Amino acid sequence: MWQPEIEAMGRDALRYLQEDRFRQVWAHIWDDAPVQRGLLRDAGAERGDAPSLDGISKLPFTDKKAFTEHYPFGLFAVPREKVIRLHSTSGTTNKPSMGGYTVSDMQNWKDLIARICAAAGVTGGDTAQVAFGYGMFTGGFGLHQGLEQMGVTILPMSSGQTEKQLMMMRDIGPTVLVSTPSYALYLSEAVREAGIKGEIKLRVGLFGGEGHTPEMAAKIEENLGITATSNYGLCELGGPGLSGECLERKGLHIAEDHYYCEIIDSETGEVLPEGETGELVVTSLTREALPLIRYRTKDITRLTYEPCACGRTHARMAPVIGRSDDMLIIRGVNVFPSQIESVLIRQEHIGPHYMLVVRREGVTDTLEVQVELVDGSVLESFPMLEQIQGSIREQIRNILGLTVKVTLVAPQSVERFMGKARRVKDERGK
Amino acid sequence: MVIEQVSVFVENKKGSLKDILGILADGGVDLRAISIADTSDFGILRMIVPEPDATLELFRSRGVTASKTQVTGCKLHDEPGALHKVLSTLCDADISVEYIYAFLTRSAGDAYVILRVEDNAAARDVLQRAGHSLISQDDILTL
Repeated sequence: MWQPEIEAMGRDALRYLQEDRFRQVWAHIWDDAPVQRGLLRDAGAERGDAPSLDGISKLPFTDKKAFTEHYPFGLFAVPREKVIRLHSTSGTTNKPSMGGYTVSDMQNWKDLIARICAAAGVTGGDTAQVAFGYGMFTGGFGLHQGLEQMGVTILPMSSGQTEKQLMMMRDIGPTVLVSTPSYALYLSEAVREAGIKGEIKLRVGLFGGEGHTPEMAAKIEENLGITATSNYGLCELGGPGLSGECLERKGLHIAEDHYYCEIIDSETGEVLPEGETGELVVTSLTREALPLIRYRTKDITRLTYEPCACGRTHARMAPVIGRSDDMLIIRGVNVFPSQIESVLIRQEHIGPHYMLVVRREGVTDTLEVQVELVDGSVLESFPMLEQIQGSIREQIRNILGLTVKVTLVAPQSVERFMGKARRVKDERGK
Repeated sequence: MVIEQVSVFVENKKGSLKDILGILADGGVDLRAISIADTSDFGILRMIVPEPDATLELFRSRGVTASKTQVTGCKLHDEPGALHKVLSTLCDADISVEYIYAFLTRSAGDAYVILRVEDNAAARDVLQRAGHSLISQDDILTL
């Protein structure tokens, strides 16, 4: 453990620490954060009635809309000269969310990254190939700095240039791979095709920036001969390090001394009991530049406070199964792309890349699943090809109760992604 | 008496068949016979070529899903009823045909069929015993 005195502290002491820090966040917001203060006032809160964490559910939510409306610096709670780093979301549809860090935020961030790396088994003697994009995205620099803090040798490759990534894997022998799971899958296939698995030394993967299914992780592990771990965070809350898997891989430990988490029903906003699946809502407990109360992540997960065999006492969140705004509603059925991915990645004869296309035909919504047929041995008979289609269709119907159209397409015809994958094309309303 | 057929996966969209044939053209592959079967979503293009191994490698190097299978080739007189006789022979021996396609060559008077059956050896055996002439991969080179 990177900070065992915190990561394995008793739950009562942790709660005490959280309450104490929450009171500080409360004061910081009333003193220094006009937008957040306004949200609290509009909901009828007063500075004097600082709630305990038990009463936090009475406070209003903050959401991405606040970042868009107050772009770029409206939510900042420190003078601009105290901000030493800016990062942002990609902002493909709207203005991006601008995130900022003070000196203290930056130190905390490095420690949080070091925690998740240590939890994944990384030590100072490792060499890490960072194939996250470097830039405004929090992933590249975030992991870089945390790994550097641990004394890990860093290959700052950024994403892309797959040939060169493979060359470095062989020539330098990195033991740790940092990337999005979709790029890791792409790289792992390149390694398999090049037949160089035996020549690389990768041992562990730290994957984040987007969710992935256990089946996808298994594929990457098989191709690269590594242990794949998942980590989580979002720019608005300070980037990766919010949570990460330990080697038990039974959920991602949340840095509860820095973040207080709740699970809500996305529709009603009601807090759900422990273990139920819903939207993750996070209150920052230490952030100076950008303190947030009850930030709606849109990510769908569930929490457990059960002790973990690794010795860490902090709560764990299940791998994110999707985003409430990525959720497709097709003929009244809620569909997360990850559910379809879990079927596809187990299926023989097809490749792991896929595209989901949603269309409206008349008044009916349809979902087409495009997968690449990669195995020539099934070309001998139509029944075999039809059986592959039928098997995928049937498994998806079992999971979702929805009949989809399965289309086999040629290898390499489904789009590949170097960063976060966008595997859904919604053509409704076009 | 074995003939090797190359099969490739073809998406059912504009230009994909053209692209496949473009690969054959670039590779200087001389097609002897060709057949396509399709559903509404995709097709399988089957072909007889002089050098099946090289053609298979050519497709794979270009990222096309392809495979190679053994089929039976039969030469018959280009006259009414000739194919019926071949199929009767197989039928009498309880051998079913999965698919079949025919082609002609420069040599006048002869026609050729490619037959895909479960058991090539058995099919060849009964066809030969019934007096039909079979063709081999070497024959493909000279047809």
